[in-house]
Amino acid sequence: MDVQTKSKQSYLNQPVEKISGAEAVIRCLIAESVDTIYGYPGGAIMPIYDELFKYQDQIHHVLTRHEQGATHAAQGFARISGRVGVAIATSGPGATNLITGIADAQIDSTPMVCITGQVPSHLLGSDAFQETDIVGISTPVTKWNHQITNAAEIPEVLAKAFYIAKSGRPGPVLIDITKDAQFESFDFIYNKCKGIRSYNPTPKVSKEQLISAAELINNAKKPLIVWGQGVILGEAEKEFKAIVEKSGVPAAWTIMGVSAIPTSHPLNVGMVGMHGNYGPNVLTNECDVLIAIGMRFDDRVTGKLSEYATQAKVIHFEIDPAEIDKNVKTDIAVLGDAKESLRQLLPLLNKNTHTEWLKKFEKLSKIEFDKVIKNDLYPTKEGLTMGEVLKEINNQSKGKAAIVSDVGQHQMIACRYAEFNNSRGNITSGGLGTMGFALPAAIGAKMAAPEREVVAVIGDGGYQMTIQELGTIFQTKAAVKIVVLNNDFLGMVRQWQQLFFDKRYASTVMTNPDFVTIAKGYHIEAKRVSKREELASAVEEMMASKEAYFLEVCVEKEDNVFPMVPSGASVSEIRLE
Amino acid sequence: METELKQFTVSVYAENNVGLLNRISAIFQKRHINIESMNISVSEIEGVSRFIILVNMTEVNVKKIIGQIEKQIEVIKAFYHTDEETIYLESCMFKIKSDLLFEERQIQNIIKESDARIVTVNREFFVLEKSGRRHEIELLHRELSAFGIMQFVRSGRISITKDEMKITEILTEFKN
Repeated sequence: MDVQTKSKQSYLNQPVEKISGAEAVIRCLIAESVDTIYGYPGGAIMPIYDELFKYQDQIHHVLTRHEQGATHAAQGFARISGRVGVAIATSGPGATNLITGIADAQIDSTPMVCITGQVPSHLLGSDAFQETDIVGISTPVTKWNHQITNAAEIPEVLAKAFYIAKSGRPGPVLIDITKDAQFESFDFIYNKCKGIRSYNPTPKVSKEQLISAAELINNAKKPLIVWGQGVILGEAEKEFKAIVEKSGVPAAWTIMGVSAIPTSHPLNVGMVGMHGNYGPNVLTNECDVLIAIGMRFDDRVTGKLSEYATQAKVIHFEIDPAEIDKNVKTDIAVLGDAKESLRQLLPLLNKNTHTEWLKKFEKLSKIEFDKVIKNDLYPTKEGLTMGEVLKEINNQSKGKAAIVSDVGQHQMIACRYAEFNNSRGNITSGGLGTMGFALPAAIGAKMAAPEREVVAVIGDGGYQMTIQELGTIFQTKAAVKIVVLNNDFLGMVRQWQQLFFDKRYASTVMTNPDFVTIAKGYHIEAKRVSKREELASAVEEMMASKEAYFLEVCVEKEDNVFPMVPSGASVSEIRLE
Repeated sequence: METELKQFTVSVYAENNVGLLNRISAIFQKRHINIESMNISVSEIEGVSRFIILVNMTEVNVKKIIGQIEKQIEVIKAFYHTDEETIYLESCMFKIKSDLLFEERQIQNIIKESDARIVTVNREFFVLEKSGRRHEIELLHRELSAFGIMQFVRSGRISITKDEMKITEILTEFKN
């Protein structure tokens, strides 16, 4: 989505004029339609902040309480909107604090541009105050990075940064700008980047490969689609739905792909992977053709690789050539943008149904319901389950809310049970598994899509990793709904300790503070619930609130997330208890 | 066999930018692969650098490494080749006491037979240069070691493929 703004047009039409490097940075951001950025000031980035002060009517700078929060907020902003998220920080510790968010954005293909201040160029390499080699440090976790020491480089480099972050398989870009380059004056003119000669972001779709893929799909008796975030990143939801419906192929999702088609879609057979649904995991090892679309066969999806879908022919639709055969050997690879590939695939497919094959999913789904889902959503025991909290959120949200989850048990429960009617509904840290992601990401998501309800679902552990961002919520009045599912444990690690380490609960017990008082300290309306009869009304009250709202739900302490593919096991060895 | 450890020459055509070396070596580091040797120079195309990286890997993994290298924004194209598919050599230099050149007749024979070249001679030392295959350089090193070597240095491998690389065509294709 490229948002055209008036200010962008006016800047593109401006004649050359002499301005400082710092002002040039702001002008570049405006030219790239950036209206919100997240950051934290400090010495080496002060000239840019000074310009932000002047341009505050055009760019809203959100002061997070930690630079990591700035990156996650920028990620949340990008994930819900498809626009490039922007985070800025000073040199040294400011820059290193960005690294977790950058690594998260890299592994989850999130478009983000980070701008860091750097010590003046004459001090580079002298171990100056707050000097750190952030370009060196960020190299393995950025799609691209660059250090600017001359103001004249700023327009071209920033144009490249936005182009690279957004094009092809998106990712984070870091631009480091020395303080002297921020002060230096030069003749400013901005041209958007339209291409880089060594960079081919979107490979052309091969007609031959498409024809072979279509033939395989048309002749398949037990085909299975597994889709990932590529469908969402490629804005290919409509094309994807058409493919699923015409081919009649059951479709399962990865944690990053969920919400591309509605949860209730009859051909949506649920989630694959470690805590995914029973049917799609078991039947991965029974399907005859596995159609992977915009996903990368992460180990949490495949389980034991040597026993993953070995019986199936594998078709891989993928934008990034490096993903082909990286983990799973493919029979047919269709390179290219998901939207274009799927658009071209549709007419080649026969209209089909797979009634008998779908019945197998239904049968396994029934088993999963009886063994797991029933107890999660309709528990008869006293303690509250995480699942029933999600069920209440669903009741209120009707699939419209964006659910921002953190990392751990609550994340798996949120992804399993949250219902989605709109794409870009699930925002979570998938690849990196970054605890502390959700609270700041929810802030960014709410700001990018103020019309959407944004509910952050967080565990008591992850919440305390970025709890200071309550300050950002208070200051900006971002109407984020925060649900902490508190079991006084680092629950997922505790579950592993219970199952695989003979219940030796090493450092997973949390002695927690009074979360309600903390939220109230930030003047955020807050409530704690520990009884079933209070839950529905508390969730309703939270969802009805026009402002930020904090809800702590004290859940059963030692509940486990099932089904589960134990680490190193095959997906068909998935455990229900 | 794709899964046995073999020596491969990874050849990378890339823009000549600050930091790219770090980016490429990080790809090997991430997978815990030791780089046996590396040479970076200009290539046949103006403004394009060529990396020649020697590694011991399985073919399955070297293919994946090529994918990761090509993914880097400033990389135009990466290839991998076996020894048989390339013409390759290394260079080395020896610094040896000048006295030996006159006192030890054997040294003169070694120089002659090894096709080494005397780069410079002065009162204290002379410098010998030799280009060739690794085993030739190692043989020369062994033979000269007996007399004492003051300094020794060997370059990384440089190599040229028997097949065409077609980088110019790739660059034109990217443009369109």
